[in-house]
Amino acid sequence: MSTEIEIAGIVRRFGPHTVLNDVNLSVRPGELLALLGPSGSGKTTLLRLIAGLDQPDAGTIKIDRADALGRKPKERGVGFVFQHYALFRHMSVFENIAFALRIRKAPKPAVTERVEELLKLIQLETLAGRYPAQLSGGQRQRVALARALASQPRVLLLDEPFGALDAVVRRDLRRWLRQLHEDMNITTIFVTHDQEEAFDLADRVVIMNAGKIVQEGTPIEIYQTPANAFVHEFLGESNVLLASIHNGTVYAAAGFPLGTADAPDGEVTAYVRPHHIVPAANPAGAWRIERIAATGSHARITISRNGLTIEAAMTADALLESQLAPEQNADASFTGGTLFGKGGEGRIRLGSVVGGKTSVVREPVP
Amino acid sequence: MAVKNILITVALVFMTLFLVFPLVIVFSEALSAGVGTYFNALIDPNVADAIYLTLVIAAVAVPANLIFGIMASWCIAKFDFVGRNLLITLIDLPFSISPVIAGLLEVLLFGLNGLFGGWLSDHNIQIIFALPGMILATTFVTFPFVAREVIPLAQEQGNDEEEAAVTLGAGGLQIFFRISLPKLRWGLFYGVLLCNARAMGEFGAVSVVSGKIFGQTDTLSLAVESLYESYEIQAAFAVASLLAMLALLTLVLKAALEWRHRDEIHAVRRKRAR
Repeated sequence: MSTEIEIAGIVRRFGPHTVLNDVNLSVRPGELLALLGPSGSGKTTLLRLIAGLDQPDAGTIKIDRADALGRKPKERGVGFVFQHYALFRHMSVFENIAFALRIRKAPKPAVTERVEELLKLIQLETLAGRYPAQLSGGQRQRVALARALASQPRVLLLDEPFGALDAVVRRDLRRWLRQLHEDMNITTIFVTHDQEEAFDLADRVVIMNAGKIVQEGTPIEIYQTPANAFVHEFLGESNVLLASIHNGTVYAAAGFPLGTADAPDGEVTAYVRPHHIVPAANPAGAWRIERIAATGSHARITISRNGLTIEAAMTADALLESQLAPEQNADASFTGGTLFGKGGEGRIRLGSVVGGKTSVVREPVP
Repeated sequence: MAVKNILITVALVFMTLFLVFPLVIVFSEALSAGVGTYFNALIDPNVADAIYLTLVIAAVAVPANLIFGIMASWCIAKFDFVGRNLLITLIDLPFSISPVIAGLLEVLLFGLNGLFGGWLSDHNIQIIFALPGMILATTFVTFPFVAREVIPLAQEQGNDEEEAAVTLGAGGLQIFFRISLPKLRWGLFYGVLLCNARAMGEFGAVSVVSGKIFGQTDTLSLAVESLYESYEIQAAFAVASLLAMLALLTLVLKAALEWRHRDEIHAVRRKRAR
């Protein structure tokens, strides 16, 4: 029933600049997939290629096992929601949503029925006669979505759909989109640079960087076992410590043990999340508390030792209990982390997690 | 604060001197011999002829430049091609040439001794000193009006809506007539308004090319000159008052247009300010 998409060997160049460099991806039927990555990673270009708004220089795209590249967007059965909505400014909300049906010369009563159905879905029945300029950002985005859904596409594509909205509206629309997807079960791909949004919404996340797919998996998989240092840093705060492994113990270059690791001896880089560093007040401790910033529900504690400065995080409650204060000394324990090292000709290799937690060894990621 | 008031006063004085006074004088002189004489001057067959000629010229020049303006904005705003910048420069050319020179160019090309003069007289086609020449001269001089109004508008509006229409299944012509053209509505109306005002009031280029035969090849503006030079002062002012009324009507329509789509203007201004 739901549509699957096969993308193979896609290359897209704009002049001397290669925007997509051999991209391969399978989109499963009915899934909600996020393309996540920094600006310039090629994610929007990939989305536009799937939609048919652009043609690749090489590679194939198959929708439901049939070649899509030779077909126009209309024939591919895709619905596209643009970052800045691209609503037809001189048409009312009703006419915007009805557009796809009017183009197909659907009979008037059918058009009215479908548009009213969609208006109800997006909860904007009373605004049918308004014009886009008279709507708020969130309302416009909902109209854009309804418009894309009018012709019952088999694939829904969204290009940074909530990027131009403020945080509260964004969260509400996210929730709403998730619900919509659960009700309609259309294969959906959306592009975002917001890690939180991708993880909140998507069944699977595909991380892209510099025109390539770097990692794909469920949000939890990716967060717990990032494929390389880029992914680790992109997904959240990372403390980066140069270290080396000796007889199964990891020693930070700054001169203290970090934890254990099930990996051979050698130079590594340890990536530690702030919440995996736990400072404890101790006048004889080797660490010095430089700064404490209490940002609402969480606090960030900057600590230093031997010229190395790292940032820990804990809940505001835990901060109160710990009785930590700036300019004091402390101990710091490390409850988790990921090791990356340079292996072979400089490729990044995933090592095992420090601090006694799960140990994972993966294939080298190019 | 004081500077602001001074500037406003200067602007108002300027306007009064150069706009309001002349308008008032035109109407007062036109009606100086009474309303009866005023209307008699306008009913005169030669003047009627001038009115007709002016309308015919505008009826050709304005639609021609409207179509050209739309085509130019489509090409320039949506595509990149060799010669694009040249085209943009050429569109402004009629503004930088004196209308008299434009008329002279036409004579040099299509006059009896002109470049195509021989060919034209062989085929019995009269351009100079006849309606075709006047239409050509007016069209050339009012060339840029619609284009200059619509090109920046199309560029600023971008292609997002057109792309959206593509994803919704619309073909090229459908996109043009349902999306691109309606987007340009206000710019087109405004450009047509300006183009029309200029086409009807044009003097320099048309005067070189028309031969100035009152009753045959005089437009309204040329008729004013002819009447004035034959010392029919009131009649001259009467005809001038027609042109003045056209100018006032244009201003009123312009203001009405700006008021009607003020929301869109404000949105554009806000975006530009950012």
